[in-house]
Amino acid sequence: MSELTGDAALPRINGELVFNEPWEGRAFGLAAALTESGVSNWADFRDRLNEVTASRDEHGGETGYYERWFQALERLALENGLVTSAELDARTEALASDQHDDH
Amino acid sequence: MSGDHDRDHHAEPESPAALRTRALESLLVEKGLVTTDAIDEIVRMYEQDIGPLNGAKVVARAWVDPDYKRRLLANGTEAIAELGFGGAEGAEIVVVESTPAVHNVVVCTLCSCYPWPVLGLPPSWYKDAAYRSRVVREPRAVLREFGLTVDESKEIRVWDSTASLRYMVLPERPHGTADLPEEELVELVTRDSMIGVGLARSRSEIAWMPGARKHE
Repeated sequence: MSELTGDAALPRINGELVFNEPWEGRAFGLAAALTESGVSNWADFRDRLNEVTASRDEHGGETGYYERWFQALERLALENGLVTSAELDARTEALASDQHDDH
Repeated sequence: MSGDHDRDHHAEPESPAALRTRALESLLVEKGLVTTDAIDEIVRMYEQDIGPLNGAKVVARAWVDPDYKRRLLANGTEAIAELGFGGAEGAEIVVVESTPAVHNVVVCTLCSCYPWPVLGLPPSWYKDAAYRSRVVREPRAVLREFGLTVDESKEIRVWDSTASLRYMVLPERPHGTADLPEEELVELVTRDSMIGVGLARSRSEIAWMPGARKHE
C-alpha cells in the first residue's frame, strides 16, 4: 500500500496497522481480498479512496479513516456491480434488527 | 479461526459503519466473490506485518539527505529526534553505517537491549540465547542462516548494545534506487536490515500492494 500517501495512508503506529474496532479490520481485509483476487482493481479502489478523502477535505468533517475506506469500498462494489444499493440497505437493516431481537 | 467471536458480542450496538461493513461482507461471501477465510488471512498477515518503522524513515532520510546522514552518524539520538522519534530515557542510540567494505550487525549479548523508538519491539530470535552468543563468535555463519551471505572481502562488525547505548544499522542503499522519492525508499527498509541480519530490499522485490505482497 505504498501508493496510499498523506491522508489516504493506512493508519500505523511505529509500522503496525491500527484498527480501533474489529469492523475496521474487516473493511481493510475485504478491500484487500477483493483486489488481491482480481474481483476488483486495486488502482480503482485507491482512486475511490483518494476521491472520498478529497471530498471530506472540501466539506470539512471528521470522518474516520476506515469510514472513508468503507465508503470507497462501497462505491467500488456498486460500480463494479458486485452488489446493489437495495441489497446492501436490506442486509444492513436485517443485521441491525437481528441485534435487537437477539437475547 | 475467524473473527466471528466479535460478532457474538451484542452488549453494545454496532455503529452504522460496522453494520454496513458486515452487510457488505456477508453479501459478497454469499455471492462467492470473496471468502471469510481470505479476509481473515489478510487481516492476520497485515497485523503481523511490520510496516514502515520509524527507523525506516530515518534511513530513507539519510539516504536522500547527506547532511542529515552526517548528523545521524555523529549523534544518532539527536538526529532521530529531529524526525520526532525518541523517548528511551537515558538510552543513547548510535547509528552505524554499512558500506561496500563493512557490514554491521547488532546484538545485545547480556539481555535484549534494542533501539525500540526506531525499531519497535525486538523479534523473539533477537532475545534468544543462541543469537546473542553466536553472532559475536561466528557472525558470518549466523548471517548465512538468515539467508545473507556476506562476501569474504567484507569486514563484519558486531555491535553489542547495552542499557545505555543501543545500536541501529544504517543499511546500504540498494542499487538502482536513485530515482525513488523518499517515501518509496522507506518501503525498502526492513527491520532485519536495521539490525543487520538482512539487506534493504531492492525495488524489484516490492510489488504493488496489496495484491502481490507474499509471505516471507
